[in-house]
Amino acid sequence: MTAETAKAFEALEVQARDLVALFGRAGYEFVAPAILQPAGVFLDQIGEQVRGRSYVFTDLAGEELCLRPDLTVPVSRLYLERHPQARTEARYCYNGPAFRFQPLGPSATHPREFRQAGVECFGAADKAAADTEVLLLAVEAVRSAGLRDHRLRFGDIALFYALVDALELPERWRLKLRHYFWRPPSFHALLDKLAKAERPEPNDVVAKLGETIAGKSQEEAEDIVSAYLHANGIPLAGTRTLREIAARLLDQAADLYADALPKEVETIIEYYLAVEGTPRDAADKIGLIARGAGLDIDGALATVTRRFDLLEEAGVDLSGSILSTEFGRKLEYYSGLVFQIEAPGMDETEPVAGGGRYDNLLTALGAPRPVPAVGSAIHTERLLAAVGGTPS
Amino acid sequence: MTAPSLVIAVPSKGRLKEKAAALFEAAGHALRVKGHERGYRGQLDGLPDVAVEYTSAAEIVHQLRAGRVHLGITGEDLVRETLPDLDSTVEFLAPLDFGHADVIVAVPECWLDVSRMADLEDVAEQFARNHGRGLRVATKYMNLTRRFFAKKGVTGYRIVESVGATEATPATGTSELIVDITSTGTTLKANHLKVLEDGLILQSQAHLLASKGAGWDARAREQCERILSGLSQ
Repeated sequence: MTAETAKAFEALEVQARDLVALFGRAGYEFVAPAILQPAGVFLDQIGEQVRGRSYVFTDLAGEELCLRPDLTVPVSRLYLERHPQARTEARYCYNGPAFRFQPLGPSATHPREFRQAGVECFGAADKAAADTEVLLLAVEAVRSAGLRDHRLRFGDIALFYALVDALELPERWRLKLRHYFWRPPSFHALLDKLAKAERPEPNDVVAKLGETIAGKSQEEAEDIVSAYLHANGIPLAGTRTLREIAARLLDQAADLYADALPKEVETIIEYYLAVEGTPRDAADKIGLIARGAGLDIDGALATVTRRFDLLEEAGVDLSGSILSTEFGRKLEYYSGLVFQIEAPGMDETEPVAGGGRYDNLLTALGAPRPVPAVGSAIHTERLLAAVGGTPS
Repeated sequence: MTAPSLVIAVPSKGRLKEKAAALFEAAGHALRVKGHERGYRGQLDGLPDVAVEYTSAAEIVHQLRAGRVHLGITGEDLVRETLPDLDSTVEFLAPLDFGHADVIVAVPECWLDVSRMADLEDVAEQFARNHGRGLRVATKYMNLTRRFFAKKGVTGYRIVESVGATEATPATGTSELIVDITSTGTTLKANHLKVLEDGLILQSQAHLLASKGAGWDARAREQCERILSGLSQ
C-alpha cells in the first residue's frame, strides 16, 4: 500500500469513530482483539486456501502466527476467553486493521492492509431477530456514513441444507452434497457423476473387499479391515482410526451397487441453485420448486421470509435487493444467512460490507456448547471511497 | 583481475556437487576449486573467462532470480517451488540426467479406502466431522502442494511445514499425509506409506538454468554457448 496521506487517514479515523459510536449506541461493546493471531486457528477452520491469502509466519520461538485476515475469528476467541462456558449473550463491536495477501498485487479496491469496522452478536436465541438486528445495523451504518444508494444481496446456507435433508437420499450422499456445496466446480461434477450412476472405479483393495464388506455392519466391516491389515503386514498407523477407514470402505462398497441419483433430484438441485431475483420473488420460486417436488422445507423458508418481513417493517426497501441461492458459497464457516451491501458502480466482488450467521464456528474454536452467532463487517476504505471521501 | 564475463552457480555439496563435477569433466571443462579444497570459488578448464560459484542448491534459485549469476545448476523441484514468476525469471536450458527425484503425495498404507487424489476430499470431509479440523499435509513444498491440490480440487487440508524426516510425521501424529521427494520408494515403504495413483506432482531432476535478469552481453552469451556445446557432446 502506498503511504497514506494525513487527509485520508484523518477521514478514515473520523468515519470509524462515527461507526463505532453508532454500534455503541445500539448496545455493542467496543473490543480490540489482538492483531497477531495463532495461525492454526484460522488454518484449521478456513483451510489452506486462506493461508494462500494470509500473512503467516513463524516467530523466534517457533510459534506459527498470522496477521489476522478478518476479525470474526479473533472476536469469537475473545468471547470465549471472557465466557468459557459460552452461556452468556454478548454483543461486541470493533474497528481495526486486517491483512490479506492479494495474488494480483494490492490495489485501491483490494488492498493488502485495510480496516474493518463491524459487530458480532453471540448467544441470541431468536435467530431471525438477531439476523435482522445485525443487518439493520449494517445498513444504518453505511447510510450514516453517507451511502444513500446501495443494494443488498442475500443468501442462506440453511435453505440448501434443508433442501438436501428433505430429499430422498442415502446419508453418505447427503453428507457429500453438503460438503461439496462449498466447492462449486467439484459440486457440479459430483452431481453429474451421481446422476449418471458412474460407478467409481474401485481401487484394488475396494474391488477385493467390496463384495465381502457391502451391506455389513460397522463392527463387521472393522473386523474385515482389521484382518486384511494383519494378513498383509500393514500396521494401523496415524490419526485416522480403524472406524473411519472401515466406514468409508462401507460407503464405497455401497456405491458399487447403488442406483443412480434420480434425474428429478439432480434437476431440483440445479433449479434451486439457479434461483436469483428480488427477495420476495426468489423466495416464492424456491417454495414452488420445493412444493412441486413434494419436499417440505417450510421451516427454513419461513425463517427467510420472516427476516424479510422484519426488514420491511423496519423500513428497508427490498425491491432493489437480490436473493441468490448461489451466494455465500465461499466462506465455509457460515451456516445460515449471508449478506452483503453493494455500492452503486462497484463490482459484486467489492462489497462495502458483508456478514452472516456462523453457528458452528464457536464449537470449532472450543466452546463447550453451540453458540448462535451472527455478525457483519464494513470494509471502511471501500465505504469511504463509495461516499467520495477518499482523496485520490 | 578483470571481472568474469559469465558466472555459473554450482551446488556446493553432496551428490549434486559430484555429479556436476563429473558433467563438466566429461564436457572437457574440468572444475577446479580455487584456493583450498573447501573454497567457494572455482574455474572451468579452458574457460578462463567463466567464474564458478559454489553455493547451496536452494540459494542458487535465489541467485538466478536476482540475476546475480548467469547460469546455475539446481533441482527443478526447488525452482518450481521457489519461483512464482518462473517464466519471466529463468529459462530451463538443459536437463542433466542426474538428481532424479519424484515429488509425490503419500498416505498411510492402512488407508485402504484411499488410492487417488479425489479420495482425499471425501476423507477430509469425514475427518473434519470426526476430529473438528482438516487434514494436515506435512511438506517442505508448500507452493507445489497448494497448486497441485487446487488443480485436483482438494481443499479440506492445511500444510504443516516440515524440513526433515517428513515421512515419519503421519506415524508420529503431527500430520495425516505428506508431500515429499522419493527416488526409490524404500523410505516410504519403510514408513508404511503409499503413493497415490495420481499423486505424482513432479518428476524432478537437475537442470542447467539461465537467469533472464543477469547481464547478458555478447561475451556472456559466447561463454554460455561454449558451455552448452561442451555439455551436448
